[in-house]
Amino acid sequence: MMKSRFWQTVGTHAALLAYSALALLPVLLIILNSFKDRMTIFSDPFALPTGDTFSLDGYKTLTSTAHFELFFLNSFVVTASSLALILLVSSMAAFALAEYKFKFNLLSSLYLSIGIMVPIRLGTVGILRLMVSFHLVNNLWSLILVYTAQGIPLAVFILTVFMRQVPKDLKDAARIDGASEYRIYWLTLPLVRPALGSVLAISMLPIWNDLWFPLILAPGEATKTLILGAQAFMGEFVNDYGAVLAALTLAILPPVLLYLIFSRQLIRGITAGAVK
Amino acid sequence: MRRFRTHILVFLAPAVIIYTAFMIYPLCDSLWLSLNNKTAFGQIFVGIENYLTLFRLDKWANPFWNALRNNTIFFVIHMVAQNPIGLLLAALLARRVRGSSIYRTIIFTPTILSVVIVGFIWKLILNPAWGISRSLLASIGLAGLDNPWLGLESTALVTLSLISVWQNIGIPMMLFLAALVRIPEDLMEAARVDGASPWTIFWRIQFPLILPTVGVVAVLTFVGNFNAFELIYATQGALAGPNFASDILGTFFFRTFFGYQLQPADPYMGATVAGVMLLIILTGVLIYLFGWQRRLQHIQY
Repeated sequence: MMKSRFWQTVGTHAALLAYSALALLPVLLIILNSFKDRMTIFSDPFALPTGDTFSLDGYKTLTSTAHFELFFLNSFVVTASSLALILLVSSMAAFALAEYKFKFNLLSSLYLSIGIMVPIRLGTVGILRLMVSFHLVNNLWSLILVYTAQGIPLAVFILTVFMRQVPKDLKDAARIDGASEYRIYWLTLPLVRPALGSVLAISMLPIWNDLWFPLILAPGEATKTLILGAQAFMGEFVNDYGAVLAALTLAILPPVLLYLIFSRQLIRGITAGAVK
Repeated sequence: MRRFRTHILVFLAPAVIIYTAFMIYPLCDSLWLSLNNKTAFGQIFVGIENYLTLFRLDKWANPFWNALRNNTIFFVIHMVAQNPIGLLLAALLARRVRGSSIYRTIIFTPTILSVVIVGFIWKLILNPAWGISRSLLASIGLAGLDNPWLGLESTALVTLSLISVWQNIGIPMMLFLAALVRIPEDLMEAARVDGASPWTIFWRIQFPLILPTVGVVAVLTFVGNFNAFELIYATQGALAGPNFASDILGTFFFRTFFGYQLQPADPYMGATVAGVMLLIILTGVLIYLFGWQRRLQHIQY
């Protein structure tokens, strides 16, 4: 009995270790080779870079031919602004849906939850027409507004669930003290901080990683996001392995950093969104 | 009679306005466009004629049915590879061996990367010019199996599907894991005392209790797959080569409404393709909501 338990544990480790290698090695291979010279990338792709073979040529090509600082800044502005808007407007709407009984409460929540399952991408023809008529094509605002609209449904849904759990007594006490409803909303926010964190974490990566809307709404050189910029660069330099490997490595870093910082909120957010 | 409460409106308005203006209105506008077409006299209402053209006229129907068939294969591969392996990994992680959370973090890493990046990583690795896949296969004595998998009509679609499985497996894994760890330990302990093997415990106790999650994972896979685009675009280009062997609805939609090379942009037919995709996705979601979720009994622990 004890013995079979032991072998089960060994088997579990072996299987998880094998899959972890499959998940991680391709990524490591890219990062590793981005620091090697062209010869060694091809002659010995699995070797670690050494004193002789270490090279930053790929990164030099990258910085001399593309405006990656600008692309990075664009991605940052778009992601940060969209997230701020999503959190603000969704928490307000969720507060109203959780706090008050009114005639259109159920209807409003149903209306807002259509977007959880229907991908916003299917309205692209309409979105492009709208942005053309607002003169927002090749303007970062077009992306910010679309990503905010895309993030609202799930954010409202998750935040409403958590806002309902805030005890009524607290809010009623504040009301007796003469606080306005806006003030009470503001006081509720810190109490649902974990939920706000989860919404932030699950909304962040789809915005940062998107290619579709930057490609269609903001393909100009001045408004390219990092992913679109990397995609265009890699398409153009497809045969310059050093440069493509460098571009990939730089593009891998930001989401991995965000993931390491927000992994707890992200995991909680994924499960909260799907289970509830 | 209560007085009108302005603050409710103030709280709801920003979210409802942004969501309506940039999601619901464009979706409706797109559906309306799909029922119109342009003529010498401007835009006129044509009913479902665009849809009939898409289904029947060779010029549209051939690429459309090709993309739909490829997309279905893409989805089936996710259902038979991604979700069962994701479940297996979750079941292993749920055993809480030492280091589980490290394994979980590592296995989830590809999921957080951009599809574009993942596509390029595999494009390089599978490129015969670099020869990574050849030397790996040679090291296990299977050098003969090496092929430019992304470049052959017969293998491109399956290869891309497996790349997508490699990337997205983290999502079913997380969802299954979250469901598995909520099952009370007592239930399993009782079975173990009665001498049940881990295999029996999994199929008799754990699996029936996570059926609701199986449904969620299936519908998320369905919606994600019938809306996919980036992986194919990044690795194979908008023409979804070789010879459209990896064309799916997303890439077909892109070429149709945005135009590509010799094909002029056509917002009316583009909106029609989007209309069909919407119909497919809604059908999947409704089957899930009414065919699956309603039949499940809710279990309280």
